[in-house]
Amino acid sequence: MRYALLLHYPQPAVSNLSDEDLKAGKAAFHDYAKALNDAGVLTSAEVLQTVASATSVSLKNGSLHVQDGPFAETREQFAGIFVINVPDLDAALAWAEKCPAAQWGTVEIRPSAVRFVDGAWIAAE
Amino acid sequence: MDSGRVTTTAEVRAEELARTSYGRLLAILAASSRDIETAEDALADAFARALSTWPKSGVPNNPAAWLLTVARNRQRDVVRSAADRLTVSIDDVATGRMSQALDGLDPDAIPDRRLALLFVCAHPAIDPAVRTPLMLQTVLGFDAEQIARAFAIPTATLAQRLVRAKRRIRDARIPFLVPDRRQLPSRLSPVLEAIYGAYAIDFALVAGVATRDTLAGEAHWLAVTLADLLPDEPEVLGLAALLSFSLARRPARGSVDEFVPLDEQETSLWDTTLISTGERYLHRARTYTEIGRFQIEAAIQSVHCARAASGYTDWAALGTLYAALVSISPTLGARVAQAAAIGRTDGASAGLGALDAIFGESVQRFQPAWAVRAQLLHQAGSSNDALAAYDRAISLTTENAERAYLEQRRAQLVPHDGRE
Repeated sequence: MRYALLLHYPQPAVSNLSDEDLKAGKAAFHDYAKALNDAGVLTSAEVLQTVASATSVSLKNGSLHVQDGPFAETREQFAGIFVINVPDLDAALAWAEKCPAAQWGTVEIRPSAVRFVDGAWIAAE
Repeated sequence: MDSGRVTTTAEVRAEELARTSYGRLLAILAASSRDIETAEDALADAFARALSTWPKSGVPNNPAAWLLTVARNRQRDVVRSAADRLTVSIDDVATGRMSQALDGLDPDAIPDRRLALLFVCAHPAIDPAVRTPLMLQTVLGFDAEQIARAFAIPTATLAQRLVRAKRRIRDARIPFLVPDRRQLPSRLSPVLEAIYGAYAIDFALVAGVATRDTLAGEAHWLAVTLADLLPDEPEVLGLAALLSFSLARRPARGSVDEFVPLDEQETSLWDTTLISTGERYLHRARTYTEIGRFQIEAAIQSVHCARAASGYTDWAALGTLYAALVSISPTLGARVAQAAAIGRTDGASAGLGALDAIFGESVQRFQPAWAVRAQLLHQAGSSNDALAAYDRAISLTTENAERAYLEQRRAQLVPHDGRE
């Protein structure tokens, strides 16, 4: 079963970081990704730039609306995503609680519904 | 004398003092003002002055008294209360013109306030999550960056939590007092938990622990300090014993790449001095006939350590001790360990029965429960169930070394698979 671990944390936690903190954070994420990889459960991992570089697009009101900034202004921002393939929610929880971002933000676990592979959508196993 | 050598001596002395008397001096400074932040600044300032002055004027006869005097002056300067000012001015001290008043000021003669400081750090009004870092910083003199690294959280986040806790102590007027006999049992327990917490963070908050510093040695230091300060509290002695035994076995515990379970560890790697320290504490604790969680856990470790001399593990004794532990502290970990001990003495099915008797949803997500279940099913010859249990244990394991160990056990199972 695929699960997306969605990382949310406050923006200042990124912009106010010292070089050492940044280094320590990177090292923690490196160790975490490596642990997932070694366990053979990592599908993909992406840590995003800050919301300062976000652009949002919508046509929901009839016309094209391009907005400078994130979809929603919240204290904790969507900041990264790890997709893992593990047997069940308990295993996903075990990994989520070991995610460095859980130390300074929130990790949301979302099971995958369908995914697009080799030209077709396939349902989660 | 060449000056390079003097500098080295002064620096070494200052570092030694920082290690041995930092907490003692800070506790004295903070206890009178209840303001830990100002006391820390004053003491840091005194250490900085020592480093610039001692190489020129020589290390004073009573360096701790020197530091205390300079720090107190600094504290008073901050408070800006002229009436409070000591007769020894900073200039007098800094230029090395030590007045005789200094020799009369002996920090060793001032009652040790570290105990009060430990109780402040673990006061019920202080967030449990910040108690351990607060102790490490105030009693052992660690800076926020070192502690943050051990806890795998950003320095800024931890520094903010520490500052908030210290302001809370000051603003809410948390008293620097050792609780009286009546309150002591309830107030002592969070102090013990916080010290144990410094040891237990070793067991991984974040996956892939390779780069993290360990605080096991510091936790042991805190526990031993507390045992010196409260030598008649059996649980304090129990904690000092527990951490002595645990630290003794560290060299044999494997590495990030290799997991070695306790009963397979090479006993020649265990530290015999620490084991006898542990035995001494445990022996003293036993004279009080007042049993508690840390004493039982220490006794369990003592049984494991006895294998170094006897060559075998006394599982029956462990079974009895785990039963006692479960009766006073029925944690998931204790109950699973008890089931494992029952499996050793009364056979696999009795062990599995004990595991099945553990209620609650959380046991379904508890990795050690599945690792023990897999092992017991393996032992009982239920290969298919054992395979499934190993799979589940492996899926819940985030540490490489431990997963490799479980995978290896699982692989041993496969040849018998056709039997069922």
